[in-house]
Amino acid sequence: MEKVFYTHDPRVNSVFKVLDKNGIIINNINHGITNTELLEIYKWMIRINAADKKIINLQRQGFMGTYPSVQGQEACQVAASFVLSKKDFLVPTFRETGMMWAKGIPLKSLMLYWMGNENGSKHPLDTEVLPICIPVGSHLPHAQGIGWSQRLKKQEEITLCSFSDGATSEGDFHAALNFAAVLKSRTIFFCQNNGFAISTKTEKQTKSKTIAEKAFAYGMQGIKVDGNDVLALIIALKEAKEMAKNNTPTLVEASTYRLSDHTTTDNAKLYREDEEVKEKLEEEPISRFEKYLISLKILDQEKINQIKEDAKKEVESISKEALAEKDPELTEMFDYLLEKTYPELELQKKALLQEYSNQ
Amino acid sequence: MSEIKVIDAINKALEIGLEKNPDLILLGEDIGKQGGVFRTTSGLQAKFGEERVVDTPLSEQGIMGAAVGLSINGHLPVPELQFDGFIWPGFDQIINHITRFRTRTRGRYTTPMVIRVPFGGGIHALEHHSESMEAIFSHIPGINVVIPSDPYSAKGLLLDCLESKDPVIFLEPKKIYRAIKQEVPDEHFRIDSKKARILREGNDLTIISYGACMYDTKKALPEFLKEYPIDFELIDLVSLSPIDYNTILKSAKKTGRVVIINEENPNCGLASELSATISEKCIKYLKAPVKRVTGFDVIIPLLKTEDHYLPTKTRIIEGLKEVINYK
Repeated sequence: MEKVFYTHDPRVNSVFKVLDKNGIIINNINHGITNTELLEIYKWMIRINAADKKIINLQRQGFMGTYPSVQGQEACQVAASFVLSKKDFLVPTFRETGMMWAKGIPLKSLMLYWMGNENGSKHPLDTEVLPICIPVGSHLPHAQGIGWSQRLKKQEEITLCSFSDGATSEGDFHAALNFAAVLKSRTIFFCQNNGFAISTKTEKQTKSKTIAEKAFAYGMQGIKVDGNDVLALIIALKEAKEMAKNNTPTLVEASTYRLSDHTTTDNAKLYREDEEVKEKLEEEPISRFEKYLISLKILDQEKINQIKEDAKKEVESISKEALAEKDPELTEMFDYLLEKTYPELELQKKALLQEYSNQ
Repeated sequence: MSEIKVIDAINKALEIGLEKNPDLILLGEDIGKQGGVFRTTSGLQAKFGEERVVDTPLSEQGIMGAAVGLSINGHLPVPELQFDGFIWPGFDQIINHITRFRTRTRGRYTTPMVIRVPFGGGIHALEHHSESMEAIFSHIPGINVVIPSDPYSAKGLLLDCLESKDPVIFLEPKKIYRAIKQEVPDEHFRIDSKKARILREGNDLTIISYGACMYDTKKALPEFLKEYPIDFELIDLVSLSPIDYNTILKSAKKTGRVVIINEENPNCGLASELSATISEKCIKYLKAPVKRVTGFDVIIPLLKTEDHYLPTKTRIIEGLKEVINYK
C-alpha cells in the first residue's frame, strides 16, 4: 500500500478511513492486522470502556477525585498503545486512562492516582510512560526532547505524545513541533481532536480547517485520520512510527468526539445539544469495529456478551483492590523531592510526624 | 593554576563537563558559533560539534521543555537562558515539570539539569536584562538555586552542579563576568554547592551576601573598616535553595549582629527569608535587629539611574553602621 501520509493530504480535506459507519472496509484496504490481534484490540476497547464507567461510578460514590472520561475515544486509546513497544515512550495528556492501561500501567495504579493516592504513581519499570500532564499542552516539548534524545543516542525506540485539540492553541504546541522538525526528533504528535476543550468547540480554537495541516508549516508531514476507526488509526500510526524511526517527526490528527462531560465536575448539557451527542453516538468507535468483526466471524453475539461480562468482572475486582489500598505514608511527601534531603526539610518532616503522633 | 575571570571559569567548567560526560549537552540561543551573547560558551561548539553544543530555535519554553525530555531519556542538559528577563516563557516548565517529576513518579523519572542564567543588574543593558529574581526560584520546592561570586567559585560550583542528580538553577552574576581575575585550578575540582562559604571568620558582625553584591560589599568594606575596625565574618550564601542554615545560624549566634546584602526587590525576598529565620531561631543571641540592604520594590530603572537602584556603597556602609552601632 502506498504511504497514507502521501495519499491523504489534509490540506485538501482528505481524511483517512478504513471502516465505514457500518463496519465495512472501504476500497478493499488491506490493514495487515491478524485475526488474533483484531480480537485483542476489540477486547481492549471493551475493557477500557468498562473501566471508564466503573471509575465514574466510584467518583459518584465519593471514592474518587475529579476524573476525565475517555468514552468515545476508545479507538484512539487502543491504537496508540497497539503501535508502541513497551520501550517506546508514551507522553500522555490527562484523558488517557485507556492508553496508559493498554501500554502497561496497571488499572489499579491508574485508579489509585485518581483516588488521590500516590501509591498509584509507582509504575512498573518495564514500560516507559510519563505521568499524565494536566497543564494543557506543556508536555509536548517533553516528547520532543525525548525523541531528540533518542535520535542522539541512536536508540531503536520512538516517542508518542498524545494531546487534544485545545493543546494546539498553546505556545508549547508551536515550540514542540518547531523544535522537533528542526532537531529531527523521533516523535509522533498524536492529536485526539475530540471536538472540545472543556466547553470550547474546535472551531473556536483554530481557524485552520484541520489541525493536521499545521504540520506542513513546520516542514513536517501531517495526516487527518478518522479517530473512531481503529484500523485507520493503527495504519497511520504504524507509518508515523516508521517515519519517527527515520528521525522524521509527524503530526497525526484523529478526529473523534468526547461523548462524556469534560470531567466528573463538568456538565456538558450547558454547552452542547443532546441532539448532537445522539448523532455522534452513531459514529462511536466500538460498535463499528464490532460489526466488522462480526462480518469476519471473529465475533458473534454470544462472544460479545462474554467479553463484556469478563471486562466488567475484571474491572470490578481491580477496583476492589484499589479501594482496599492503604494511604501513602505521611512522610512520603518529603521523600521524593530531591535526591538527598536537607536539614530544614528534615525538621519539617519531624514536625509533621510529631503532630501525627500526638493525635 | 591560572588567573582567570568568571566568564573563563564557566567556559572551562563546561569544557571539562563536556569532556567528562558524553551525555552532557549544551542548548540555548546563539551558544554555538557566537559563543553566547556573553561568550560563556566560546569555542565549545567548534570543539564538541553541533550535536553537543546546540543552537536552538528562539523559544525559552521550547528550550526548557526539550531539557525535560533530554534529561528523562538520560542526557544531562545544560540549557542557557540568555537573560534573566527572558526566563518566563520557560518558567512554566520549571515550576510545573522540572521541579516535580521526581515526586510525581516516586523517583522513577528525574530531571537533572543545570539551567544557566545570567542574572542581576550593573551592566547598563536594556530593559528585561537586569532583573534579580532569585527569590522566585528559591520559593519552588524541588530545585536547587546556586550563585557563584568569583571565578574560583564559578568553576568549582558549576562542576559540582554538573554532578547533581537534581535540577539546578545556576544564576551567573553578569556584572562580574569580567570584573574579577583570580587564581583558579586548571583541573577538575568541586565546591559543595549546598554549603555557604565563610570567606572571613570574625566575631563582631555577620555579613551575608552573594553574587555581584559580594563584589560590591568587598569594595565597600575598607571604607567602613577604616571608621569601624571590627572583626567581621563574611559569608557567601552560595546556595539559595536549600539555604545552609547550619552555617548562617552558627554565625548569627556567634556575632549577634547580621547584615544581609543583595540587589533583589526586598518584598518576600531572600533577605527577608534569612532575616525571619535568623530572628526566629537566634532571638536570644541577637544584639541588633537583622538588617537588609537590598534594591527597592520597583522595576529596575534604565541605565541612567540603574546604579542607584542597586545597593550603593553608601547604602551598604550605612547598613553596616546601623547594625554595629545598635545598642
